[in-house]
Amino acid sequence: MNAITDAQLLARARADARTDQRFRMLVTAAGLFVLVSLVAVAASMVWGGREAFRKFGLGFLWTDRWDAVQQQFGALVPIYGTLVTALIAMLIAVPVSFGIAFFLTEIAPKWLRSPVGAGIELLAGIPSIIYGMWGLFVLVPILGEHVFPWVDAHLGQLPGIGMLFSGPPLGLGMGTAGLVLAIMVIPFISSVMREVFLTVPGQLKESAYALGSTRWEVVWDVVLPYTRSAVIGGIFLGLGRALGETMAVTFVLGNAHSLTVSLLEPGNSIAATIANEFTEADSEMYRSSLIALGFVLFVVTFIVLSIARLMLRRLNKREGN
Amino acid sequence: MNASLLWRAMLGASLCTALAACSNGSSPTATTPTEAAAPQASTPQAATITGAGSTFVYPLVSKWSDDYYKATGHKINYQSIGSGGGIAQIKAGTVDFGASDKPLPPEELAQSGLAQFPVTIGGVVPVVNLDGIGAGQLRLTGPVMADIYLGKIVRWNDPAIAALNPGVALPSGKINVVHRSDGSGTTFNFVNYLSKVSPAWKAAVGEGTSVNWPTGVGGKGNEGVAAYVKQIKGSIGYVELAYATENAMAWTAMQNAAGQWVQPSSASFAAAAASADWASARDFNLVITNAPGVEAWPIAASVFVMMPRQPKNPERARNVLDFLKWSLEHGRPQADALHYVPLPDALVRQIEAYWTSEIKA
Repeated sequence: MNAITDAQLLARARADARTDQRFRMLVTAAGLFVLVSLVAVAASMVWGGREAFRKFGLGFLWTDRWDAVQQQFGALVPIYGTLVTALIAMLIAVPVSFGIAFFLTEIAPKWLRSPVGAGIELLAGIPSIIYGMWGLFVLVPILGEHVFPWVDAHLGQLPGIGMLFSGPPLGLGMGTAGLVLAIMVIPFISSVMREVFLTVPGQLKESAYALGSTRWEVVWDVVLPYTRSAVIGGIFLGLGRALGETMAVTFVLGNAHSLTVSLLEPGNSIAATIANEFTEADSEMYRSSLIALGFVLFVVTFIVLSIARLMLRRLNKREGN
Repeated sequence: MNASLLWRAMLGASLCTALAACSNGSSPTATTPTEAAAPQASTPQAATITGAGSTFVYPLVSKWSDDYYKATGHKINYQSIGSGGGIAQIKAGTVDFGASDKPLPPEELAQSGLAQFPVTIGGVVPVVNLDGIGAGQLRLTGPVMADIYLGKIVRWNDPAIAALNPGVALPSGKINVVHRSDGSGTTFNFVNYLSKVSPAWKAAVGEGTSVNWPTGVGGKGNEGVAAYVKQIKGSIGYVELAYATENAMAWTAMQNAAGQWVQPSSASFAAAAASADWASARDFNLVITNAPGVEAWPIAASVFVMMPRQPKNPERARNVLDFLKWSLEHGRPQADALHYVPLPDALVRQIEAYWTSEIKA
């Protein structure tokens, strides 16, 4: 009797081990899949862009000429536009998202919290082309007629930063693109912030309140340090989206290959250039340059996210975690 | 070549999804290999032919295919992937015909064994957004237009513009130039015209489906340019006639090669097509901008179809020619309704003679 049970147990254990093994292979494959596709994407973009890299070399990165007639291509204008619009978006989106999460977790009455939270998540699901059309048909006329003329007249005259804010009041341009991007990434960042703020243990917050902290002090000194890495993760998510956003930016950026400091002037971004020009890229070198541009976006995103991760690690070290 | 085609197909497919521009929801390369693999499956009773290319001609081709299907039962599958894509696909032999807003030179056609002929005429129209100035009231010449797009003329009350428009109250504001941000046949015909009339433009910018614009903002597609011009005060742009009329925009009158002032219309586009010297153009390699006719609109444009001279499957090529013959002869009302201009009779006869002599179908 015992022998039979032992044999059964043994068989059971073997079956379990096999299942375990299979499961391990399955999840390893899932993990590897990401890496393999990442490498495959990078490799095929390098391959597709090889003619552009061969002809222009590293100069591709800091040449501002983009001329399909003369077959001269340089990526400086799109790289600059991508970074500047993403930066503007983050400067607006991060404080606003923090405010939304703060309000929803600490200040808003209980009955209001879940409808507003659900509403924000719904915003995240709106297709980017809708944001682009809204930007073009609603935001651009308002900015062009009321906001940009004022900005040009008042901020445009300031010494130093004035050149950022002077230009024709078209309503289109890098500033508008940054603003639309900010509105697009706010749902991502704020819903992550709200979720992680809710995970802070009640005792921690109650202790702080008991010691006489204000709401601001509780959130800034207790909630935020506790959730810091998740909050920064949410910001990365928004930043990644802002760097790669295509349609919404194409609508409001002005799509001009000219290098300009002013946020009121039209510029270009990497994703917008590819979306605009790929269908009619009628020479090998043109097409190759657009694919090379795709690879540059890949590298730019990688570098920006790496820097952010490095900052996070140094922050952790300083605090002794 | 194969690798680059694969690239085009992959990225093209993803772009199609992103732009929601592909009507059938399937990329051209997804459908064509199956059809190429089983050409015998298409019976003469109900043939399906495939074409790809120019987005400009898409509304007309889809209307023609629809009516042709009702009349004959033959199906036409046309994918509007852009002229560049259409040329690449017909060269690779994955479609039965390609359509392009820009003609290929005879040498390039000979190299790929292709024949080429026009199928319809359209026109590019400058549009402006100026308070108190309606459609057709502002007059511009080609050289002045070139100087505006070069950024040499920057204000509306510049003496060069004022001299052409006595009695018109021109504002003193800045000219906001709008151009296409995507490569397009519209741009090709517009800058081809500027290159013909302005040596400065030819030297500084040149011609192509997309160029290095010296100034201005770029809108995506005709609708993008139309939207920008409508929203930016003091702007100037260029669109197809249909976009100008549908959006009730203020187009400009232009001076043509004969020195006459003309308004954009089907009649002036047709005059341009009729006065162009098709007879001596090999493989119809002729851009009809700056045409010599007295009533000709200076920025008229034709759309070209390309197909193999010695098709691997003559029956499919015959089906294409049947469709195009039907369209050129019976498709005129549809063309008129959609603001395209049917080809003049003499040109249609010349094209049909060209089919007989050049295409072994």
